[in-house]
Amino acid sequence: MQITVVVLGVAIGALVLSMTASHKSLPEPAGRIRPEDVRVTAPFDNPGVRQVGENEYEVVMIAQAWEWVPNRVEIPAGSHVTFKVTSVDVIHGFRVPDTDLNAMVIPGQITEVDVDFDEARDFTLLCHEYCGIGHHRMGADIVIVEN
Amino acid sequence: MTATIETPSPTPEPEPVVTPAQARTWQIDIPGVTQADLSPLKWQLYLALLAFGIGALMGLLQALERANINLYDEVRLQSYYQGLTLHGVAMVLVFTFCFANSFLSLMTMKAYGRPLKSRLISQASTWSATIGVALALWAILANKATVLFTFYAPLQATPAFYVGAVLLVISTWLVLVNMIWTLADWRKDHPKDRIPLLAYASIISYIMWFLASLGIAVEVLFYLLPWSLGWRDQVDPQFTRVLFWFTGHPIVYFWLMPIYVSWYMLLPGQVGGKIFSDGLTRIVFVAFMLLIPVGAHHQFTDPGIPFSSKSLQWLLTFAIFYPSVVTLFSVVASLESGARARGGKGLIAWIGKLPWGDPAVAGQLLAGIIFMGGGASGLVNASLTANLVVHNTSFIPGHFHLTVGTAVALSIMAISYWLIPYFTGKRLYNRPLAVVQVWTWAIGVSIFSRGQMAGGIEGVPRRTLIQEATYKDNFNWALSHALTAIGGTIMFIAAVMFFVVVFGTIFSNRAVTTVQKVPLAPIINGPRDTWAIMDRIGMWTLITIVGIVIVLGELIFHYWPIWPVSPGIQLW
Repeated sequence: MQITVVVLGVAIGALVLSMTASHKSLPEPAGRIRPEDVRVTAPFDNPGVRQVGENEYEVVMIAQAWEWVPNRVEIPAGSHVTFKVTSVDVIHGFRVPDTDLNAMVIPGQITEVDVDFDEARDFTLLCHEYCGIGHHRMGADIVIVEN
Repeated sequence: MTATIETPSPTPEPEPVVTPAQARTWQIDIPGVTQADLSPLKWQLYLALLAFGIGALMGLLQALERANINLYDEVRLQSYYQGLTLHGVAMVLVFTFCFANSFLSLMTMKAYGRPLKSRLISQASTWSATIGVALALWAILANKATVLFTFYAPLQATPAFYVGAVLLVISTWLVLVNMIWTLADWRKDHPKDRIPLLAYASIISYIMWFLASLGIAVEVLFYLLPWSLGWRDQVDPQFTRVLFWFTGHPIVYFWLMPIYVSWYMLLPGQVGGKIFSDGLTRIVFVAFMLLIPVGAHHQFTDPGIPFSSKSLQWLLTFAIFYPSVVTLFSVVASLESGARARGGKGLIAWIGKLPWGDPAVAGQLLAGIIFMGGGASGLVNASLTANLVVHNTSFIPGHFHLTVGTAVALSIMAISYWLIPYFTGKRLYNRPLAVVQVWTWAIGVSIFSRGQMAGGIEGVPRRTLIQEATYKDNFNWALSHALTAIGGTIMFIAAVMFFVVVFGTIFSNRAVTTVQKVPLAPIINGPRDTWAIMDRIGMWTLITIVGIVIVLGELIFHYWPIWPVSPGIQLW
């Protein structure tokens, strides 16, 4: 009985601990937007990279069948980057392999995820949710350049 | 037809060649059950196997695509994604549902020792499934529903696709109605008895599924179908996803629970062992029902779902590990009791004494062993953080081809090896081939899933025509693709072997010479010691509903209001 309580206690404690730790990596409700309003509503009326602080950048992107707008972004190494993404048509998937960037892009919702880019290297942003016949053509370059 | 299938055969010939008239009669072990009672179940099983055949062919095309061989033109399909829709719908909706309808209807008859209360409802279920499959198949083959089996809005299929899905789900509800009616009828004659374990597990599976299916029922009937018909302009893609995954997680239980019925109650009988515990078995089935509302763990990366809902349903998800570990313990204990009765010795060596030469046993043993890999990889997907590495990558199909693709599919193949003789009175054709078949599948899926999982960790997206991907040269995915292609092709070869055995049996002229039995095992513990409260099915249903209202209510309360912003879009 005591052993059961201890094991269960440790398991639940570990779950709660990792829950607080994982809070940051997941997208959370960051606002809603009508798909038809996306192109005329800030910040999505002007997609691209902008600096919002020392070593802090914001990348605004639009997902549409079958491309990312913009389809290439350059960010200096050693930056903390927040991506703000939404869709103008169907559901897309926002995935950058070798990072924790992994989120759904759902029409009507704004997806906000952030990440630290420490080293200069090239990453690929790809769509990982079926979005029609050209789904596999939906890639973009995320280039981390020397600071 | 009211005559029972009881042909007295005092001295059975070893291999009688029978005339077609004689072939219609054989003995089964359930009193009062006629061929007319079995017929709708048999045809529902055939429908399941037809879907499996179509799905397997699509699987081969997908595997070959990984090897840069594109055969979609040759089979007159418009695209990889059309084939993928066919694969998903055929495998996880039609194959699994129709098997459950057939198998658990038969288990209910066996448990009560009588036919189901209404043969008409059984027939209606089979017809509903058949018409539903025909409609959905037409919609997909006409390239009017290339929306994959998840049919996420705003991708919009033709109305026939959604109507087909509704009819398929109705076929399962009809089976539940028949089970409840049969239970009530049996209860009149047995007011004090415990509900037989086999019937209990069957009806709990179907009540679980009925409650779980309400999410998709609301999604389709209130949103997607009216929207597809033009009666509704816009739907909320985030909210319809919530409804989809409310059903989309416990649908996994509905795939598994008929298999658990076999593993818990029949497989021990097939190896000469006993059911470990009546009470523990009932608790596991009820636990699955209680754990319906965990669908948000498929939506960890959705932008519109608050963290509170994700974390709550994530904790509940880990509770599923409890019935899974109990199952591992109970089923292995039952198997061990059989193996030791057959002279098995040692800590591990007893496993060799199990009847591996029986394809119905070997297939389920391999399915169970591979399921352990499925459970372990499931812990990765279920974790809030680790999921970020694998979500929507090919790791996920790598995982679920070990669960639904093997624990369930290979078990269904193995069960078919005794069920088809039971339904047809024909002897199993080419037993050695059947044994080779289950091993071939197990080897194929092991290679396939190894490839898919490794690829997923390295970024391969799922559901993607990968050889045409514009970004594929940025990655080194060659090994993953090779293993996936080789493993998938081996699985297809195993599926062909399966159909050789199935058709060989159905069209055989060799009749069975013994009474066909459902291999129900005796019980070591219970049901005398089982808590009486376990049989209060209505109470457990009510507790489940309260839990669903709390957990789903929490999500909807935070999500409100529904945000219908998307018109239907066809992009294929």
